[in-house]
Amino acid sequence: MRPFSPEKSRSSSGAADRRAELMLGASAVGVLALIALMTVTVFINAWPSFSHNSFYKWFLPGGDVDVQLRSIITESTPGHPIYHLRAWPLLWATMLTTGLAVLIGISFSILAAVFIVEFAPGGLRQILDPVVRLLAGVPSVVYGLIGILAIAPWVEHNFISEQRKESVAGVVQLTGANLGVAVLILTVMITPIMVAIIVNALSAVPRAWTEGSTALGVNRWRTTWRISLRTARPAIIAAAVLATARALGEAIMLALVSGGRGFAPNLLDGTTALFEPARPLAATIIHYYEDLSNPAMAATLYAMAAVLLVSSALLSLAGWGAKQPLKRYGIRT
Amino acid sequence: MAAHPQALEPPLANRQGRRRDSLSAWPLIDRLAYVLCWAAGIGLCAVTAAIVLFMFVKGISYLRPSLFVQSPTGSLNQSQAGGFLDPIEGTLLLTALGVAIAAPIGVALAAWLSEYHRPAWLARAVESGVEMIAGAPSVVLAIFGLLVFSQGFLGFLSQRSAGGAVYGRSFFAAGVIMALLAIPLIVAATREGLAQLPAQLREASYALGKNKATTIRHVLLPAVRQDIASGIALGMGRIIGDTAIVVILLGSTLRLEGAGGVPILSTLRGTGSTLTAYVYQNSPAGEGNAAQKAYAAAFVLLMLVLLLNFVVTRLSSSGSGAGA
Repeated sequence: MRPFSPEKSRSSSGAADRRAELMLGASAVGVLALIALMTVTVFINAWPSFSHNSFYKWFLPGGDVDVQLRSIITESTPGHPIYHLRAWPLLWATMLTTGLAVLIGISFSILAAVFIVEFAPGGLRQILDPVVRLLAGVPSVVYGLIGILAIAPWVEHNFISEQRKESVAGVVQLTGANLGVAVLILTVMITPIMVAIIVNALSAVPRAWTEGSTALGVNRWRTTWRISLRTARPAIIAAAVLATARALGEAIMLALVSGGRGFAPNLLDGTTALFEPARPLAATIIHYYEDLSNPAMAATLYAMAAVLLVSSALLSLAGWGAKQPLKRYGIRT
Repeated sequence: MAAHPQALEPPLANRQGRRRDSLSAWPLIDRLAYVLCWAAGIGLCAVTAAIVLFMFVKGISYLRPSLFVQSPTGSLNQSQAGGFLDPIEGTLLLTALGVAIAAPIGVALAAWLSEYHRPAWLARAVESGVEMIAGAPSVVLAIFGLLVFSQGFLGFLSQRSAGGAVYGRSFFAAGVIMALLAIPLIVAATREGLAQLPAQLREASYALGKNKATTIRHVLLPAVRQDIASGIALGMGRIIGDTAIVVILLGSTLRLEGAGGVPILSTLRGTGSTLTAYVYQNSPAGEGNAAQKAYAAAFVLLMLVLLLNFVVTRLSSSGSGAGA
């Protein structure tokens, strides 16, 4: 890339060069310092909440999380802050929405990407490119609005029968805004991200490999399945990781459609679990943002932010690791 | 890395040879997979068409020209709640501010990472740092911003209450945090462009006696103008579409409320809202609960995003990097 480095050859211009490098480097260090500052401040502010709940208990189930949060807001006094929180329902809701959406989304994205690269006729392929980009660009609040105003009433009308309501009466109230709707819309939101990455990787598979397979009489689907998708496996993992990070951090859309109640859907309820409310961590922060002025509540919300920050940092680490094998094929994602 | 689907590759040329591989000879399970692929592709188109059409119908039926020129008012009656002039102004102002901060930093970062990349450990740390911001949830960035801008010594960037407490919510605060959203996209697009420049371009500049800094400034950056522009457009899309930062860091007040007397500065120090926050506040979860207004604003928002998408497509299709 750089066969010749000019700064060694002339000293006077070398000084100007050095200055430029230092200035550009300083901006890089500045951004890095900001990230370090963010991590440290979020953790410092989150600490009271973790320490008062003896850290690991913060993550455990126990009681109604919304009742706990309300008592943090209303019963805390400047001298006696209350921090009691068992955040499991929020964590469980985060895992459920993210996990289900990524699982459904990844299988759908693989099929759609294979369609775009291998099977789509020319005209359709030309439409699909802007379609994927558009779907990725729709603001999350628009998705949320469609979800709460159009899909939720429809679900409430068609799927939530009286028996279903009675089966969990006394535990939780079922409405149209629920886990199922949240997962559905979240899937639509993260699918285009994954499709774009997988399409990129599939089109970068060396032509000779698939040609070799076809020459041996293997049909196009088998070739794609055995050769292209296997080569693109790191990209598929990277896509899933990126989509998980996106789903984890989605707040506004989920605050709108996930039912607005901190509740851990009980999988033992069968399909009814899909219609139970499930407000994840990020949506909880949005739900209670007006109470950030209350110090005890602020610490609680920063604790949730810290959990999200650590998860997303781990995910970007995993994404980086997943992408390493791709460099062999010269694929940039 | 960043999720910009701009690089859907053109089809592999000339598939004629494979057409002889006839579908009817495939095993059943392969044919099933083939049908599923078609279903997924058509499904993707159908979902998009449904979303756009739905918003179009709702938008057209609730959009009135007066909505664009009236300021919102806090009335519970939808017909008296005013329009969304202020949120539109807020969106434009916040996007301009965010990009104005993000573009120079993003380009500088990309130039340093691509052209200097030393010391190597620092470069790697910066790379993963940028990746981490790209993956960080915007709610987390927002409440971090609230912490930072509520500090006493940054009080001049927002408002101070009578007791001396700093409010921490202003266009400045939101603009800086929005810039964080846009920086990874600008860095990625610019680096992509720089990586595709032929080495001869650099060598020719060095041969003419230019040093590295001049080469970057006068040869390389002009050559990747289009990549920078498409990165900025993608960043604008992120900023326009984000709600959490606006709700938490811009105050999400109905109107633009200035602070202090100096004309432009007061707006920047003051609070306001954007189209996304307006939609959120008028949805059933917000305080306004005016579905018609929310649909109309969401439609305008969607049109803005479509326009930006169009710009990105034009930028990336009109040849980037080496040809420019």
